[in-house]
Amino acid sequence: MFILIVGSGRVGSAVAKNALDAGHEVSVLDSDPLSHERLDKDQTTTWEDAGGRFTVGTALEIDALLEAGIENADVFVAATSGDNTNLVIAQIAQRRFGVGRVVVRVADPARAAWYDEQGLHTVSPTQIAIDQASNMVLNAPVRR
Amino acid sequence: MYVIIAGAGKVGWNLARELIGRDQEVTLIESNHDRYRVVEEELEHAVQYGDATELWVLERAGIQRADLVIAVTGDDEDNILICQMAKEKYGVERIVARVNNPRNLQHFRLLDIQPAVSATDLILRLIEHEVPEYGLVQLLALEEEHLEIIEVEVGKGSRAAGSRIQDVSLPDGSLIISVLRGGTGFVPKADSMIESGDQVMLILDPGLESQITPQFAPDAAPSRARG
Repeated sequence: MFILIVGSGRVGSAVAKNALDAGHEVSVLDSDPLSHERLDKDQTTTWEDAGGRFTVGTALEIDALLEAGIENADVFVAATSGDNTNLVIAQIAQRRFGVGRVVVRVADPARAAWYDEQGLHTVSPTQIAIDQASNMVLNAPVRR
Repeated sequence: MYVIIAGAGKVGWNLARELIGRDQEVTLIESNHDRYRVVEEELEHAVQYGDATELWVLERAGIQRADLVIAVTGDDEDNILICQMAKEKYGVERIVARVNNPRNLQHFRLLDIQPAVSATDLILRLIEHEVPEYGLVQLLALEEEHLEIIEVEVGKGSRAAGSRIQDVSLPDGSLIISVLRGGTGFVPKADSMIESGDQVMLILDPGLESQITPQFAPDAAPSRARG
């Protein structure tokens, strides 16, 4: 599969490395050239030597998406730090480029839930933290 | 009419003030606390503090009963999402979105956020109207209605120059609505003459421009037989 990931932060870069390790073709787009370091961190070779692609550009610019290969993408991951940017570029990937599977990081649980119902696959780190913390608080045995 | 305005920048604040002055009910939402405090001194309870891209903030403002939602923040993504949620989640009938970067207009169109207003585009159109070097100027686009009004200059020696209105061959779905000559305009009749140098305004279905401009292009040389 060809996977395009926008946003090379903690989430995006880690997903990119996992996908490359799993044998997929991976392209990463980020507006900050320094974010490339995250892709090389803890690796024996550079991201490019390992077979990855990296493009510097803004995701709302169609030219940047094209350069990063969106026309061939089977999976699109929107993982920038901005919820609203992620939700807009995810819909561009889905509606304009017809990408089959679109995964979006949305911090706000309420918006994540609604856009999930609209056909995007949303991941809400905040919701996951709420669920886990609640579980630890409410279900863990208390030692006295 | 109940109007919710997202973004209390210059545009949002002035819009709110104008609408309140016309006895409309307005809620303005601003996410920057300092800005909120400044605006609140004048507009008091008509302004609420919060991020208008969050559902609970929109619901607190009463989006379920809003007749019109206007998104004029400085972020195009925010404006797109606010209008999208207003329309699709809360069933608001009318929206207006501001486009900050005209290159993002295509995204507003893709997601069916209409009307989307770009100040840059509006000013560019005015400049083109003042300096008509492109021959054709789009004056107004009614996107929902699929109509637009354009202005073309009648070129010297063009097919239209020296013709009566009824003899200018125009495609179905287009109509000459006005002629500007020597600084004044008039609404022509079927037998009004068009002269070179006139500015002609037409209303048309978008997409017909390429069939219209040849009638007004200068020096429409008669087709030469070759060979």
